[in-house]
Amino acid sequence: MRRRPAKIARILYLVTIYGFLYLPIAVLILYSFNDTRYSSNWQGFTLKWYTALGDNRMLLDSLGNSLLVALLSSTIATAIGTLAAVAFQRYRFPGRKLLYGLLFVVMMSPDIVMGISLLMFFILVRLEPGFLTLVLSHITFCLPFVAVTIHARIADFDPNVIEAARDLGASEYQAFRHVILPMLLPAVVSGWLLSFTLSLDDVIVSFFVTGPTFEILPLKIYSMVRLGVKPEVNALSTVLFAITLMTVFVSHLLVKEKRS
Amino acid sequence: MTPTPIVRFRNVTKRYGDTSAVDRMNFDVYPGEFLTLLGPSGCGKTTILRLIAGLDEADVGDIFIDGKRVNGLPPNRRDVNTVFQNYALFPHMSVAENVGFGLKMKGLPPSTITSRVGAALSMVKLDELARRRVRALSGGQQQRVAVARAIVNEPLVLLLDEPFSALDYKLRKQMQLELKRLHRRLGITFLFVTHDQNEAISMSDRIIVMNDGRIEQIGTPRQIYESPDNMFVAEFVGEINTLDGVVTAAEQTTLTARVEDAEFPMTNRRGFQPGQRVKVLLRPEDLFVSQLQDEAPGPHLTGTVEDQIYKGTTVDVFIRLASGTTVCATQFFNEDAEDISYRVNESVHVTWIRGWEVVLPDD
Ligand SMILES: Nc1ncnc2c1ncn2[C@@H]1O[C@H](COP(=O)(O)OP(=O)(O)OP(=O)(O)O)[C@@H](O)[C@H]1O
Ligand SMILES: [Mg+2]
Repeated sequence: MRRRPAKIARILYLVTIYGFLYLPIAVLILYSFNDTRYSSNWQGFTLKWYTALGDNRMLLDSLGNSLLVALLSSTIATAIGTLAAVAFQRYRFPGRKLLYGLLFVVMMSPDIVMGISLLMFFILVRLEPGFLTLVLSHITFCLPFVAVTIHARIADFDPNVIEAARDLGASEYQAFRHVILPMLLPAVVSGWLLSFTLSLDDVIVSFFVTGPTFEILPLKIYSMVRLGVKPEVNALSTVLFAITLMTVFVSHLLVKEKRS
Repeated sequence: MTPTPIVRFRNVTKRYGDTSAVDRMNFDVYPGEFLTLLGPSGCGKTTILRLIAGLDEADVGDIFIDGKRVNGLPPNRRDVNTVFQNYALFPHMSVAENVGFGLKMKGLPPSTITSRVGAALSMVKLDELARRRVRALSGGQQQRVAVARAIVNEPLVLLLDEPFSALDYKLRKQMQLELKRLHRRLGITFLFVTHDQNEAISMSDRIIVMNDGRIEQIGTPRQIYESPDNMFVAEFVGEINTLDGVVTAAEQTTLTARVEDAEFPMTNRRGFQPGQRVKVLLRPEDLFVSQLQDEAPGPHLTGTVEDQIYKGTTVDVFIRLASGTTVCATQFFNEDAEDISYRVNESVHVTWIRGWEVVLPDD
């Protein structure tokens, strides 16, 4: 009986933390179904903000742009990151440790520093800010995450398995294609998903490197909410949250599969 | 006329930092033989296999496979296959895909691959498990897959790195028999690595005893066991008693040595000279023990029984000699001596048949 208060305290503690974490999101989702434009009172259930979202060309265009950038940059970052991770594991070359350490520096450096330095770099090489600069920047900040995720996986490999492939007649490329890549696949996919979400919701770096001709969703939303939060934005955020949730779920499944 | 060697090491050295894992080695492997590398952990056995497979490159010296110098040739272009110590199966493939991997890399048509994989699997008695994931196999089954995956390619030489070290005693014995049978059937050259001397002696045509990256002796199991070239080989391969002695007289082929105050006639195989200090080596099963009241057996040692251990078909008797050295004598049960038990502290004679001793210089 003495343990009951402790148990209640524990549950209260959990409820507080999770409430703090998820209440704002729950409210946002709830409001996306609220049948009023200005009031914060509940006025009844509606789907009209979702319909309005469907009619908002500007928002949809920027969503399309965002998806395009995210798709391209996460795919390229994953390809380069995979090869980099394999190179770090398979080959011994001077400066290997230093280069690997630099990945973490890029990963930890503040977005604002990254944004400004990329901007300066693009000005220096005279690149017009817009689609291309966005994709390049997103590749840059996704790459370390992919490389580190995949490297962690490949470091767990039994090196004899790769040597066995070579011993059985596989060229370096065949060993990569038939043994290394299939064994890495879960990590490659989860690296890609991670990059995709990182790219999709980046505001700070994108703010510095995009131009007026190419608008992406997070920046569009950012400029919209400065004039007050519109219910369409709630609806859109709910959609994005659903996408993120799915991504997390899928990558969790993949990670679980690799452990078993 | 010896046949042309299928693998040849010429003055090969491989260094890791300051240590030489393989130190100026020379040896030949002949077609079709079962050759075993035997030595303690860390003596360079795995390194030799890796050098032959092309997974590591020699720092000095030349390696020939089938008469061709292979230095610098990548592993996929060498006609040898390896069974790794930890099997190293491909975890994302089925048993059949694992076994067919080498053939697929060679670009053979699927129908050929299927039939050859089937044949290889039935050779290792795994026909029923072809579609299993390799993760869902027992240790012994994984072992068979690893062997099948290598032999299906019909390599010139099969390299086996302690393939049974992870198996329990019974399975190990069974796999040893099966591997030996496979060797006879395939006619492929086997280069086998082990640190287990019993395994080496019972399976091999020839044995290379290694220590610290160097060869101590090359010979048939019988030569290695009965006439070891040096103390390392004598002590590494089987139990052996070591006695100190001094040569008192020597002829071309015979000598007399004093051991423990008794003079023994021995065979002179190494041109020993009178006055030379020697080590006299005797296997426990070559020593005969007799009780004092029995007829004195010619030249003999005298000692007291310290202990005896019953081994089922034999008894090990430990005898302390006058000098304090303890020797072990293995006595066999037979019709004449049904009762071969001794009392502790009983005085006994110990002797052996002349010529069964191994005499090595004491240095
Ligand atoms: N990659 C490496 N880097 C550094 N040293 C190594 C490497 N591989 C082997 N060695 C060293 O070389 C020596 C021989 O190693 P090797 O693996 O050939 O021994 P082994 O006879 O196969 O031993 P075991 O019976 O334990 O498998 C050892 O001293 C080992 O520490
Ligand atoms: Mg080894």
